[in-house]
Parts: sequence; structure tokens; C-alpha cells
Amino acid sequence: MKSAVVVFPGINRERDMARALRLISGRDPAMVWHADSALPAGTDLVVIPGGFSYGDYLRCGAIAARAPIMDAVRAFAAKGGLVLAVCNGFQIACEAGLLPGVLMRNAQLRFICRDIFLRVERSDTPFTRGYNAGQVIRIPVAHGEGNYIADGETIARLEGEGRVLFRYSSPDGIIDPNWNHNGAMNGIAGIISERGNVLGMMPHPENHVEASMGRTDGRGLFAGLLDHFKAAA
Amino acid sequence: MKARVTVTLKPGILDPQGKAIEGALRSLGVGGVTSVRQGKVFDIEIEGGDRAGAESALKSAAEKLLANTVIENYRIEVGGK
Repeated sequence: MKSAVVVFPGINRERDMARALRLISGRDPAMVWHADSALPAGTDLVVIPGGFSYGDYLRCGAIAARAPIMDAVRAFAAKGGLVLAVCNGFQIACEAGLLPGVLMRNAQLRFICRDIFLRVERSDTPFTRGYNAGQVIRIPVAHGEGNYIADGETIARLEGEGRVLFRYSSPDGIIDPNWNHNGAMNGIAGIISERGNVLGMMPHPENHVEASMGRTDGRGLFAGLLDHFKAAA
Repeated sequence: MKARVTVTLKPGILDPQGKAIEGALRSLGVGGVTSVRQGKVFDIEIEGGDRAGAESALKSAAEKLLANTVIENYRIEVGGK
């Protein structure tokens, strides 16, 4: 699995992501600078990591979404290439038009930095094949703008097409406003694009991949991707 | 030429910041405030005196970057000198 991590000024989770990718795939990802106009040849997976690109100026992800490398990322996605966009990456992917909707300020106006529970909605995608449908995983979040919204028609399409992969839930997998820590519509924590090849999610699976982190619930996502590419090879 | 682009949230989009400001105004005893919506103002200088050209450039600026039209509306004013 040849992965490329896109680096924007103000991003701060790119090394966590690189470490997780190296740990699970056994291969160092290419770090690709925002001003570059091409991805390395043979890239299988593009990752847009978390952080605060351009200091969240204007809107979260708005400036990064217009960076030169994003044309290459859009072209890669248009050809069916897999893109994983985490946290600020999810915000960038929405601003770049790779995913529908917007991440708004958390409903309770607070930055939230802690572990939350996610219910995995499907296991038949390259991103979630390492999990079982209905499985609850515990993953850290760290964001002030993770409140997913979209118009009614878009939400109905996402739900109707099974494009919600992760939802904020209770430890038992119950979807309830009390466990929806940022106010996201329908408890949406992660969605895929129409073709299923771009995943945007607010939580940080890369931060739960080794025992020293306390938990390894995030490994399934990376291990699943690795299996996907092995199966395809 | 001076111009201004004002970006506001579309009606119906939840504005938690506006709500917090509204609450703060109420606690300051500012009377009669029934609702606050927060927006953004961009003051932009455009070279030359071509009003129509400036308006079309600003429309493109608003659509491409200044506003996220999923959630925001924008208004363009091309001012005097």
C-alpha cells in the first residue's frame, strides 16, 4: 500500500498519520507538500490529515481546499483512488467538493478533545472491512468544528445510499443525542463519497493504533485498507 | 475602487456563535434584542474604475472562496472612489 500524506501549513497530525501508516503497512508514506501539483506515481491511498491548516482562517479547510495539490487529489479521486480525510482533512474535503455538506462549530461551542464511541455502520467498504457492521469502537476526537450539516435532500441521499460509515454512539451502539458530542445531524461522524472512494471522518483512528496509546481500535481502518490493496493486487 | 462583500449564514442554518452573542447581549441588559446572526465583511480594493468588471470579479471571489454557498449567502457592493 503506497500512501501519500498531504501536508498543509498549520497541519499538526501528519506525523501521527505517517506513524500509523508505517506501523500497519510497513511502508513509509510519501509526505506531499501543498504547493506541489502532482502526487507520487503509483499512489494507492491519499491521506489528508488533521490540524489547523492556515490557522482555520476564513472557514476551516477553506484555504487548503484551494491549494495546488488539491487539483491532483481531485483528479486522483475522480479516477476512483482512495482518499482518507481525517478531522481538518474532512473539513478540507468538504470545502474541496470531494464530499457534500459542511462541518460547523460544535453545537455547544466548546473544543472537544477526548475519546468518544463510534458505531461502524457497514463493513463492506475498503475503509471499514477491518470491522464488523454494528461494532462500537473507541476513538479520540479533537475538534471545535465537527458539527456535520447538509441540506435535507443531501442527508436523505447519504442515508438512503448507506454512505454514513461512522456515527457517534453510546458504548453499546445506541444513537442518542446525549452521545452526539458536537450536534452533528443524525450523529454523523464519517461519510463516504458517492463512489465510495473518499472517506471523511472527524475522529482520529491514527491515534488509537498501538498499545502505548491505550487502545488499538483505530487499527481496523488501516488494516482493512491494507487488506483491500492486497486483495486487489 | 472600494468594494465590500458581506457573507451571512442562510436562514435556517444554526448559528451557535450568534446564539451565544445574543445571550451575552441579554445578560448585559441590552433591551429588545430578539435574534443575532453573525457574518463576515470583506473590504476589498479593486484597481481601475470598471464597475461591471469589478462586480464580476467579486462574484467569482465570493463563489470560489469567500462564501461557502452550501450554508452562506453573499452580497456585493461596489462603492464610490
